[in-house]
Amino acid sequence: MAYEAVIGLECHIQLRTRSKMFCDCPVEFGAAPNSNVCPVCLGLPGALPKTNRAAIDAALRLGLALGCAVRAESVFARKNYFYPDMPKNYQITQYDRPLCVGGALPLSLDGVTREIALTRIHAEEDTGKSFHPERHGDRRVSRVDFNRAGVPLLELVTEPVLREPAECAAFLTALRRLVRWLDISDGDMEKGQLRCDANVSIRPAGSSGFGVKTELKNLNSIKGVEKGLTAEIARQAGVLAAGGRIEQATLLYDADHDRLAVMRSKEYAHDYRYFPDPDLPALEVDEAWRESARAALPELPWARAARVAERYGVPAYDAAVLCDQRDLADYYEECAAGADGKLASNWLMTEMLRVLKERGWPLAEWRGRVPAGRLRAFLAKVAAKELPGPLAKQVFAWMVDEPGAVEELLARHGVRAQGSADELRPLVRQVIEENPGPVTQYLGGRTATLGFLVGQVMKKSGGQAVPQAVKELLEAELAGRAISGS
Amino acid sequence: MSGHHTSAPELWKRSARALAAAVAAGECDALAAVNAGWEGPAAAWERDVHAVVHADPGARAAGAAASAPGPLRGVPVVVKDNLCTTEYPTTCCSRILAGYHPPYDATVVERLRAAGAVVTAKGNMDEFAMGSSTEYSCYGPTRNPYDLARVPGGSSGGPAAAVAYGLAPLALGSDTGGSVRQPAAFCGVFGLKPTYGRLSRYGLVAFGSSLDQVGIFARHAGDVATAYAALAGPDPRDATTRTTPAPDVSGWDLGVAGLSFGWPANLWKEGVEAEVVAAMEEAAAALERAGARRVTFDFLPGEYSVATYYLVATAEASSNLARFDGVRYGFRHADGADVRALYTRTRSAGFGPEVQRRILLGTYALSAGYYDAYYLTAQRARTRIRREYAAAFARCDLMLMPAAPTLAFRLGEKVDDPLAMYLSDIFTIGANLAGIPGFTVPLGLAGDGGRTGAGLPRGIQLLGPEDAEPALLRAGRVIEMGGERARLPRAHESEFAWPTRR
Ligand SMILES: [Zn+2]
Repeated sequence: MAYEAVIGLECHIQLRTRSKMFCDCPVEFGAAPNSNVCPVCLGLPGALPKTNRAAIDAALRLGLALGCAVRAESVFARKNYFYPDMPKNYQITQYDRPLCVGGALPLSLDGVTREIALTRIHAEEDTGKSFHPERHGDRRVSRVDFNRAGVPLLELVTEPVLREPAECAAFLTALRRLVRWLDISDGDMEKGQLRCDANVSIRPAGSSGFGVKTELKNLNSIKGVEKGLTAEIARQAGVLAAGGRIEQATLLYDADHDRLAVMRSKEYAHDYRYFPDPDLPALEVDEAWRESARAALPELPWARAARVAERYGVPAYDAAVLCDQRDLADYYEECAAGADGKLASNWLMTEMLRVLKERGWPLAEWRGRVPAGRLRAFLAKVAAKELPGPLAKQVFAWMVDEPGAVEELLARHGVRAQGSADELRPLVRQVIEENPGPVTQYLGGRTATLGFLVGQVMKKSGGQAVPQAVKELLEAELAGRAISGS
Repeated sequence: MSGHHTSAPELWKRSARALAAAVAAGECDALAAVNAGWEGPAAAWERDVHAVVHADPGARAAGAAASAPGPLRGVPVVVKDNLCTTEYPTTCCSRILAGYHPPYDATVVERLRAAGAVVTAKGNMDEFAMGSSTEYSCYGPTRNPYDLARVPGGSSGGPAAAVAYGLAPLALGSDTGGSVRQPAAFCGVFGLKPTYGRLSRYGLVAFGSSLDQVGIFARHAGDVATAYAALAGPDPRDATTRTTPAPDVSGWDLGVAGLSFGWPANLWKEGVEAEVVAAMEEAAAALERAGARRVTFDFLPGEYSVATYYLVATAEASSNLARFDGVRYGFRHADGADVRALYTRTRSAGFGPEVQRRILLGTYALSAGYYDAYYLTAQRARTRIRREYAAAFARCDLMLMPAAPTLAFRLGEKVDDPLAMYLSDIFTIGANLAGIPGFTVPLGLAGDGGRTGAGLPRGIQLLGPEDAEPALLRAGRVIEMGGERARLPRAHESEFAWPTRR
């Protein structure tokens, strides 16, 4: 029997706020263990949380970008369970009254755009980090670092509307792009800034019921999400094919060995005893707060890609690449302003992105070297046919590592684009004299022969002549001959 | 003790206001003021009463030396052992916090210091404030200075007893269901539980977070007002504090002319002792003498309030006390094979029986399948109780109520009967559920007229709507001065009914 998967994702996004969710400790990666802690995030007796408005602002940005409804009064709740890296043995999160409800993420996959419906987005605090036990003689010692305890997290939950592992990977890629676009998180899965759990069940293809679902944890890369889900769907199909039943369970995916391990079965499911946190009054987001967050939203990536394609006349694919990062889109639009958008897109997508990849640079490094104004001047010369193709590529390469305008670069390297008629006329005349056959053919109406003659002039110039200028000069010279020779 | 004599009373007998004035005027130095209780009555009382669990002469001297100019300059204050103090351990009188030294001061402790006061001891209490007699302390019980065979009430029994015998003119406790007001009544001192959100809970080790409120003990109404003014107000570290400025209580001696107070006509069915009824009558008479109007109506605060209270408080406590697990601080059981065993053994050995009982109750109330029946129902009942109080305060400015149905009971009398112990809170828990202020006012000692409890302190309770502290203090002052209008102004010091050895 053919099965289809029903997948819902639960994503955690670590926010890049200055301070933690409920205290003033800085959010900082790589600090010495237990150096960014205080009575609140250590859960010391008597300490109380206070909500970081910047984290709520970030949650509002994401929620509004995804078209969620924002609850005017949402509630922080306690999720109670014992774990050594959780200082209070409860996590402050949101439960039955989350901040954002509904919404959808537009996802383009294989040229088709789908809206992936969301259930909710809420704010909560992260836990600390436990380190695996070390042996000290006959004692085992575990260490805990609470620097991460209390760092703001957003939890985003999708409806069970995803069907394919590849679609889930695309969802995470799009989510990662969005949180970076909104500047609320670095979204790096390897660093745990974006985490993903998946609920997955399978059912006969085409049916509308739901099978027993399992929860897949530890999917800590986009590739891991895809591989883990593929493995779990295959496992479930295998169980059903063998006449077995799927047991509700939580599984861990081991990406190194492409293996699934049962973490806990249903009998050990936690009873988290959620209840409203009495230390925090209901979180009120009035219209003014909500609307100021909405007004602060940047143009969203999918809208921007559509506008860029339309306004600059670039293909949808190019527009999507250029709008993958906000700073790239900004840079592109600055370069394309008043220039040939398609030309700008070609140079950015082929030449610049190649250099960035080769050198491992962030865009900021590039922009420091080639500000938009500099690139615009270059593009203007290319558009005006003042830089022949090979020379343009050479100049572009020089621009990356050297300062100065195009003319200065050419002068520094002893190269001058030969464009003036006075410079080129002797070469043109020489080529006409040396190639009577092609000249006759051209004059007889085979205009395609002109390209051959241009090439000959270019050769004589050592590649430094501007082809368009050569072409125009050749045409003029040949036209004169046609008249005089007839 | 120093040899010089003045006509003024000994330093330890003075009110906080008088003591601060003496220090400010240079009549005595802060160290003498701070140590007065220790060098005076403590020698006679502390060994038997056992009001104090942590004290340190060095810390007292350092505190006196650092005492800032302010309304409480040089005033010694006993602070309940569930309020974080950097110079003394803070253990909530629980083995599980043995040796725990907080790295920070509670906001109310900071504010005490800013007003010039000096914390001179940590007061005994029922473990984690769970109890009504101070018998559930890991350090052993506190005894009532007026009768050492009796309890001081609880859970803030240590601070109440310390103020009563003269160790300090001022003490801080916490009141989750009456833990300030009931011991104040049993020990014959004033005890204010402010409006929820008026005194910061930051640094108060939580029991029932939505009910907990720091409270003030003193021997004089004016001292309560002075302390309230120094402590109350918004705290950015406690999101449940009210953001508006605290009400102005400086008019505490202005009397009650024009105010009305409610008299619960049907209360006597609740097994209230005759001495308590007598104290109620005297208090009502004093208020009437000073120009207040009595409004009589039936008022039984929340039929379901005890059940509601024990569901809300234990549910919150079960979560609040989860952090005590032996991993980061306090007691850790030596025999922890793995982390689960460490949790179980540490908590089983670290918490006393009453705390374990309440954690289990609260865990149960929040469990899947029971949450709606217990916790949610309790929240609905709580809303109803709030409305019942609001309706009562539509008819009067204040309500007169017993603080407890009985005078101080005997040690051991209720310790094995949790339900009887819980029912002794019946008149106090409503204020915590409704978030309103309550004020216990002493009415001297029970007479010898053949009734039980002769020589024991009597106290009544005044309740008001939110932010009614100014009216409560004025009414408390009126009762303190027997309703004599001429003696209301603050220049007149009240007489305190000091305990004698029995
Ligand atoms: Zn912190």
